[in-house]
Amino acid sequence: MNTALSWIKAYVPDLTCTAQEYTDAMTLSGTKVEGYTSLDKNLDKIVVGQIEKIEKHPDANKLIICQVNIGSEIIQIVTGAPNVKEGDKVPVVLVGGCVAGGHDGGPMPENGIKIKKGKLRGVESFGMMCSIEELGSSREMYPEAPENGIYIFDPEAPVGADAVELLGLHDHVFEYEITSNRVDCYSVVGIAREAAATFRKPFYPPVVKATGNSENIHDYLQVEVEDQELCPRYCARMVKNIKLGPSPKWMQRRLAASGIRPINNIVDITNYVMEEYGQPMHAYDYDRIADHKIVVKRAQDNTEFETLDKQVRKLDSSILMICDGEKEVGIAGIMGGENSKITDDVTTMVFESACFDGTNIRLSAKKVGLRTDASGKFEKGLDPNNAEAAINRACQLIEELGCGEVVGGMIDYYPVKREERRVPFDPEYINRLLGTNLTKEEMLSYFKPLELVYDETSGDIIVPTFRQDLERKADIAEEVARFFGYDNIPTTLPCGEATTGKLSFKLRIEEVAKNIAEFCGFSQAMTYSFESPKVFDKLLIPEESSLRKVITILNPLGEDYSIMRTTPLNGMLTSLSTNYNRRNKNVRLYEIGNIYLPKKLPVTELPDERTQFTLGMYGEGDFFTMKGVVEEFFDKVGMNEKIHYNPNAQKTFLHPGRQAEIIYKDQTVGYLGEIHPTVAENYGIGERVYIAVIDMPYVCEYATFDRKYAGIAKYPSVTRDISMVMKKEILVGQVEEIIEKNGGKLLESYNLFDIYEGAQIMAGYKSVAYSITFRAADHTLEDKEVNTVMDKILNGLTALGIELRK
Amino acid sequence: MKETLQKIREEAMKQIQDSEALERLNEIRINYLGKKGELTTVLKSMKDVAPEDRPKVGQLVNETRQAIESFLEETKKKLAAKAREEQLARETIDVTLPAKKNNVGHRHPNTIALEEVERIFIGMGYEVVEGPEVEYDEYNFEKLNIPANHPAKDEQDTFYINNEIVLRTQTSPVQVRVMEKGHLPIRMIAPGRVFRSDEVDATHSPSFHQIEGLVIDKNITFADLKGTLAEFAKQLFGENTKVKFRPHHFPFTEPSAEVDVTCFKCGGSGCRFCKGSGWIEILGCGMVHPRVLEMCGINPEEYSGFAFGVGLERIALLKYEIDDMRLLYENDTRFLKQF
Repeated sequence: MNTALSWIKAYVPDLTCTAQEYTDAMTLSGTKVEGYTSLDKNLDKIVVGQIEKIEKHPDANKLIICQVNIGSEIIQIVTGAPNVKEGDKVPVVLVGGCVAGGHDGGPMPENGIKIKKGKLRGVESFGMMCSIEELGSSREMYPEAPENGIYIFDPEAPVGADAVELLGLHDHVFEYEITSNRVDCYSVVGIAREAAATFRKPFYPPVVKATGNSENIHDYLQVEVEDQELCPRYCARMVKNIKLGPSPKWMQRRLAASGIRPINNIVDITNYVMEEYGQPMHAYDYDRIADHKIVVKRAQDNTEFETLDKQVRKLDSSILMICDGEKEVGIAGIMGGENSKITDDVTTMVFESACFDGTNIRLSAKKVGLRTDASGKFEKGLDPNNAEAAINRACQLIEELGCGEVVGGMIDYYPVKREERRVPFDPEYINRLLGTNLTKEEMLSYFKPLELVYDETSGDIIVPTFRQDLERKADIAEEVARFFGYDNIPTTLPCGEATTGKLSFKLRIEEVAKNIAEFCGFSQAMTYSFESPKVFDKLLIPEESSLRKVITILNPLGEDYSIMRTTPLNGMLTSLSTNYNRRNKNVRLYEIGNIYLPKKLPVTELPDERTQFTLGMYGEGDFFTMKGVVEEFFDKVGMNEKIHYNPNAQKTFLHPGRQAEIIYKDQTVGYLGEIHPTVAENYGIGERVYIAVIDMPYVCEYATFDRKYAGIAKYPSVTRDISMVMKKEILVGQVEEIIEKNGGKLLESYNLFDIYEGAQIMAGYKSVAYSITFRAADHTLEDKEVNTVMDKILNGLTALGIELRK
Repeated sequence: MKETLQKIREEAMKQIQDSEALERLNEIRINYLGKKGELTTVLKSMKDVAPEDRPKVGQLVNETRQAIESFLEETKKKLAAKAREEQLARETIDVTLPAKKNNVGHRHPNTIALEEVERIFIGMGYEVVEGPEVEYDEYNFEKLNIPANHPAKDEQDTFYINNEIVLRTQTSPVQVRVMEKGHLPIRMIAPGRVFRSDEVDATHSPSFHQIEGLVIDKNITFADLKGTLAEFAKQLFGENTKVKFRPHHFPFTEPSAEVDVTCFKCGGSGCRFCKGSGWIEILGCGMVHPRVLEMCGINPEEYSGFAFGVGLERIALLKYEIDDMRLLYENDTRFLKQF
């Protein structure tokens, strides 16, 4: 909302503050000022001058030499302006002064244009006559200004006076950000009331006097409202013998400063009152209203209507219409119809000032695809009591400005009057909530300028109907806080029962995951939770896979963001691909983020959100590097039991010979592998890509931060090396299983130290060598003991068809 | 005999004197003092010496041995010292050669900022909790005093899964979930992903993060809210940071405020960073609306509380002077490595 400060001052005349002071104080009392524009920016030494004599320039056809009386003296100005004549009164910027812009109305220089003494084709010139554009304004705001020429004042303008003052340009236009609860502040009067309360100055709202001739509107017009819920109030008044013409300059300027183009007196008054009171009004041509009857009712389904912007709108029965005896004439609260609009030959008109249901207007505006100034106000839910005040104000302006003859009386459909609300006034509660120590009287002093009335007998605050936001004690507390000043409220820290600050167990596990990943060279990535349904094809995920059972967003930003991910792979591979395309080498990324697995489709309850720890890399390192990261992580979260790897992970997006399920305590807790070369190609990555995905809910089940010291071995260990030849297909995991199974209590550790295929080994076989360490906790081992265990191990290996090398 | 010993002594001394290596000293020791060494041979020939002369000769032999031994020892030390010196000189390296780094990975700037915030609030006794990202409309809106058809629902550009389920537009529903559990008092922060249908550009993303804060206890005041956030701002942006509370409106708090901090670039005097105002808006907050408390089964006459919501990306962008939000989700390692 934009409003000139001068308009606010019309109701708070004692307001004396700079624009910056106004900005700060209003913002701190809750009417946020987004910024302001000073209309007299860069305007200096500009007075009203009267042209006494015009001569032709001796050396230039297009220039004239003017003798201009500026009150104190007569100065010579050379100009090329075509529209001035002797006797004209014009704005003159003197030597040493400044104007805001060029005569072409283009972008204005930051520091304006300084005016110096000049010579034009040999003739001296002591200043410049100004166009409205040079004064930083426009013909939008000053419709009387000529196109491409010097602004000409009315003949009454006093010579030598401050021209900027005369044009009303010593003003600032403020832009406010009004919060949705303060419907009343979408009006000049509402903001002025806040300004008066903020600066503790008296507030003089417009005084609306009785208007109208001796006739009775009921003899002219009939109003029927069929849907009270959608239209709780409908006021109508009439004006006849309309004299269309321009509205006065003060009105034009206030409207223009608010960003509204002046049109004619009737339209301008309607807009003026909408700004002033926050109540949108509509004017209908009485002679175009069939049967002189207005009916407010819902539209019929599947009908169409042409609004006055000449667009055809589709209607349905949720949309409220204004109709006459035959047809629809306007969409209620949104826009009138082409068929009833005011034209230049109007003689009699109907003013409508109504209150419509805010939600319905908002939804209707969306439906017909048309959000207007009016609908923007109605959708906030207006005060029905304001409708009457606004229409009477409009009629008063009609009379005062001589635009027509107001017909006596008002048609008022208002079956249920909105009453003032009562809210208990509880100073003790307010102090307790704010942490203040204010007296009751102090609090009451803030309420008075806001028109909140204290009823001493009941102890209630009587809230005017325009303050629909004040419903309960906490709302009253905010009023106290705003005018006592948020700044003045003390600063304390909560006391009371102590609480422990902590991370949840899950977050602690995630912290370890981050640390381990980073120690291993992985940097943290963040990717979106939603993606395209096309990713499944890109990842070669089969049609029947459960990963394709996804939650779909009803109103996504586009197909690419339309489903909630069921695998973190696409995000990871996309990020790796971005890096690959940008020629980043040896990239390692990790992400901790959720996947969203629906419990049932269509969705009826919240999905299973599972946090995934995803690692991805290309460049240096291989499958076993990735496996190492996984094991480091498990180790650090206390998952110290043997991790099993099942090579039949059946992940179609991974290399069939280089993938494994990660199994801990018989539970699959994740997988790792090399990305299938076709998938890598799909993502445009020309290197081998390795990934690991760990399902964190399972990790949280098995992880622990408990540690027990097991002592440091006191007795020496015995190490035996064995070398074996076995079929290639036998996994070293199987060998290790036999070592573990048969090693018994004495087995301390084992270590693969050589694996070899090739010369000296039969085709299809490999040579594998382990060193196995034994130790007893309570004595020095004897050969005999070790031999017994080793025999068991060797027997087990032989049973698997493994041959020992001598 | 005496002459022989004298000769042995002189020869040994000379040889020791001329030695340049520790190995040579060992040879000399063996040659003279060893089992078959010259001095031992002399000692063995003692039987040929007259018994009365034996003590004297014995003494002479011992003196010679001691003299040789101590000179050997002395020379050994000198040579060892020299050898160490030579070794050290030989082993000098060019310390300006490149370091062998472990290439440790880097944390995402969002996380670094989040962890700073978490540290501050954990220090003040807050628990860090999480809630679902796909959330019931009821929790995201209704129970936060945003009823159906409330304009605020439109303002937040919600992604819908169906009529009842949305992608949460704020972390505030976690407040409700914690309050409903009924364990009072509450001091918590809830960081997490939130979603709004904003097209991607330099300052918008359809997915971003918020940190919600909530304190519920007896006698919690607006003054406590001010003190808590002032402390937070100081710890996050520096000891000299000031805060300004401006009245605002949120459906789930009353009174509500927006909070500005003094620009940490110019300290409040006004610069391009803060658009000349000296202040930067960082969060929204307020006293928990009594209706929200009631809906969560908490008696607003007995308990009160405050809540606040911080945009994590906003903090990260401001603190690290990142000029384009898209960088946060591209995961280019040249970006990530700067944190």
